[in-house]
Amino acid sequence: MKIKFILNNKTIETDIKPGQTLLEYLRENEIYSVKYGCDNGECGACTVLVNGKAQNSCLILMHTINNCKIETVESFSDHESLHPLQKSFLDEGAVQCGYCSPGMILSAEALLRNNVNPNEDEIKDALAGNLCRCTGYVKPIKAVQK
Amino acid sequence: MKIIGKKTIRVDGESLVKGKPVFADDIKLNDLLYIKILHSPIAHAKIKNIDSSKAMGIDGVVAVYTHKDFNKHYYTTAGQGYPEPSPRDYRILDDTVRYVGDNVAFAVAESVDIAEKALEAIKVDYEESPANFDDTKAMNSPQMHPSDGPTGIFNVKKNIAANLRAEVGNTKEALAKADFVFSKEYSTPFVQHAHIEPHITLTWLDENGRLVIRTATQVPFHVRRIVAEVLDFPLRKIRVIKPRVGGAFGGKQEIMTEEICSAVTLKTGRPTRLELTRKEEFYASRSRHPQKVKFTFGLNKKNEFEAMEMDILENCGAYGPHALTVMSVTAQKALSLYRCPNIKLEANAVYTNLSIAGAYRGYGAPQGFFPLESIIDEMANELNIDPIELRKKNHVQLGDDIPIGKIIGEGGEGFPVIVRSMGLTECLDEGKKLIGWNKIKSEKQKGIVRRGVGVAAAGQGSGIPGIDMGAAFIKMNEDASFNLLVGATDLGTGSDTMLAQIAAETLEVSVDSIIVYSSDTDYTPFDTGAYASSGTYISGTAVKKAAEKVKAQILDIGMKILGVKKAEIRNGWVIAEGGKKISYSDICTKAMYTDEQQQIMAEASHMSYDSPSPYNATFADVSVDTETGIVKVNKIVSVTDIGQVINPQMSEGQVEGAIPQSLGMALTEFMIFDEKGAPINTDFNNYHIYTAIDMPEIVTKFVNTHEPTGPYGAKAVAEIPINGPAPAVANAVFNAVGVRIRNLPITPEKVLSKIL
Repeated sequence: MKIKFILNNKTIETDIKPGQTLLEYLRENEIYSVKYGCDNGECGACTVLVNGKAQNSCLILMHTINNCKIETVESFSDHESLHPLQKSFLDEGAVQCGYCSPGMILSAEALLRNNVNPNEDEIKDALAGNLCRCTGYVKPIKAVQK
Repeated sequence: MKIIGKKTIRVDGESLVKGKPVFADDIKLNDLLYIKILHSPIAHAKIKNIDSSKAMGIDGVVAVYTHKDFNKHYYTTAGQGYPEPSPRDYRILDDTVRYVGDNVAFAVAESVDIAEKALEAIKVDYEESPANFDDTKAMNSPQMHPSDGPTGIFNVKKNIAANLRAEVGNTKEALAKADFVFSKEYSTPFVQHAHIEPHITLTWLDENGRLVIRTATQVPFHVRRIVAEVLDFPLRKIRVIKPRVGGAFGGKQEIMTEEICSAVTLKTGRPTRLELTRKEEFYASRSRHPQKVKFTFGLNKKNEFEAMEMDILENCGAYGPHALTVMSVTAQKALSLYRCPNIKLEANAVYTNLSIAGAYRGYGAPQGFFPLESIIDEMANELNIDPIELRKKNHVQLGDDIPIGKIIGEGGEGFPVIVRSMGLTECLDEGKKLIGWNKIKSEKQKGIVRRGVGVAAAGQGSGIPGIDMGAAFIKMNEDASFNLLVGATDLGTGSDTMLAQIAAETLEVSVDSIIVYSSDTDYTPFDTGAYASSGTYISGTAVKKAAEKVKAQILDIGMKILGVKKAEIRNGWVIAEGGKKISYSDICTKAMYTDEQQQIMAEASHMSYDSPSPYNATFADVSVDTETGIVKVNKIVSVTDIGQVINPQMSEGQVEGAIPQSLGMALTEFMIFDEKGAPINTDFNNYHIYTAIDMPEIVTKFVNTHEPTGPYGAKAVAEIPINGPAPAVANAVFNAVGVRIRNLPITPEKVLSKIL
């Protein structure tokens, strides 16, 4: 089956394997910011934006993203500049091991696109699907507030 | 100081927020083979036969390996110093399985899917043996490990992996004379590291036929040594690379995937990859050793501790990695916090047919401080005195020599323990203010939801005295930048950044002048690895020493070039009296190209017989619903003495991250096994770690002390903050509703059953 979608501003037309998840596709195509953590939609390490919504790519089968717009943090920065969230995560010390950071940044981005001034509870809600075992979420929450 | 103690952005941070391919699995290898492990569904059985013919018939299956394909070498998976203090009771594949999850076979295929299909097609005949899941019955249960083969098991017939005894003074006499005697038993469960990156290893043969192991590990040099030994492969032909690691917390101090991948690469000649699934992480990886700890205290009329007896029963699960040393840390740290002339310890680590325990942040100390800090709270309540005052009256003080600390050591006689920096009283006083202790204590608790406050104190260590060693190598470049090569292993802790700060401070340059490369056994000097809170204290001192040597060379060469006998270094210049000066950059350039050419470089190693304890006071403010038994943590205050803080933001991060791990152990995290020893809760839906919405308000603070033996006065930070939250919460629950839970976790059922 052939599908067409936009990945980080590039139009992709590809044949897909039956049962292939978006997580598998992205990692096979060297989009390495998207991480394996549980394969069960519980940890959020594989978060991507699908039409602007933060979703677990391990739960998304490729045939369902036909005509969708997929974003990962690879599209958020170039060799010179950082996205404001990437900058504030760095500056606030919200990154420790960094394994969950891209997913968290995407969940925060999805929130901020709809709500420029979220309160702490809204931020916690937005990050609730991104498990982090290093930071205790204290500094990530601060980074999003900034 | 210009850099130490100041905000410094982490040196690896930008690549991480950009999602660059910096983790073990972020690499494409041609011709890659995938390994899946067949795990035992039975808790204890002899493998009669393995028929892999059907699996081998599947298109894309390359091999199925069983115990017949490996030598009978016994080793420990614990990545510790050598010789390891853990029993050598483990084989890469054995003909006996000892827990649900034990490795039975390895399927190797062209894809993960095919390897999984192969697992389903392997037929194993098991002859089931009686299994024991009760640590209190382990010593009288059927023998789990063979009498011949394994070494270092304390009593193989009685299933005792390790035993530890120690005595100072005479507790029997002291307890007989004591004015107040109090005794209680506590327990902690199996809990999981839950690092978000699973165990992942890739191996291949390089162009020279050397084995390259790219792996998420805390202990690259131990990986090299153990793989060489287990596979009878020359150490010199192994290179271990540790890229960025996605969290570890002790879980990756274990050699569990590296030896399997390496074996398959050596057998097939092809690159291989082995990543554990989340489910495997839960039941076939490692966890925190559950312990049952009984304390007996004797106090005199002045409420001073006269006697402490501690009995530990540690459950290792099926094998004994870290069995002795975890419980020795439990005892050594708990028994070193308070002054007491008479102390007695009896500790046993026993085998059961359950998941294997191992190293987990705090390394036994959390299992010791939960009972210790609970019983102190209980005694304060019995004696009707303030629990903070009871702690302040009895905790060790500056200059104290702690004989029990030396006697227990790292599983045997160690080195003198002398307190050279001590901020615990300040931690307690500061925390008391920040939590609003008096206010919450004085509130009358009525109604359905009741509030309470609790406190716990704790100590830890800074590296393993006499054992841990870190080395560093620094070379200078002509633009006055420096390559810093260290064996130290950054797991997301920020050690690369912290070490760069120490190098920069010493060399009087900016942090961005330090180019860090760490943990590659071919290119960096040795380091025992990232465990036991050794990074700052041990590896940090090695870096400081190496930087001092380089600085001395710069000064020496600078003076020669200037033709002066006396000069000093200031901000990247060598400056002589009268104002003659030369920049670092010019010195290095001339040294490289024109003037008595040489590379400015130096190396240093560091080990220590001291392991200064950081200190911490943790306060918990909780609300307990008396109708549901649900405990809600409102706020945690954690005040810590880590000596000189090197990087305030990263140190706060260590504390903030440790708190929810301990709150998990206190309230939500525990592995549940069915009647056949099979774990039930093997995913994040059923094993609940703290999420953003579960988090209470967190306040972290550091008090000012200076450790004379540490680099720039620093002590360790990584483990200390995990010891306090669980007992502080338990004590707060008691304060709120008068219910004392001595067996973690504090579930609503347990609370409610005591209220009703």
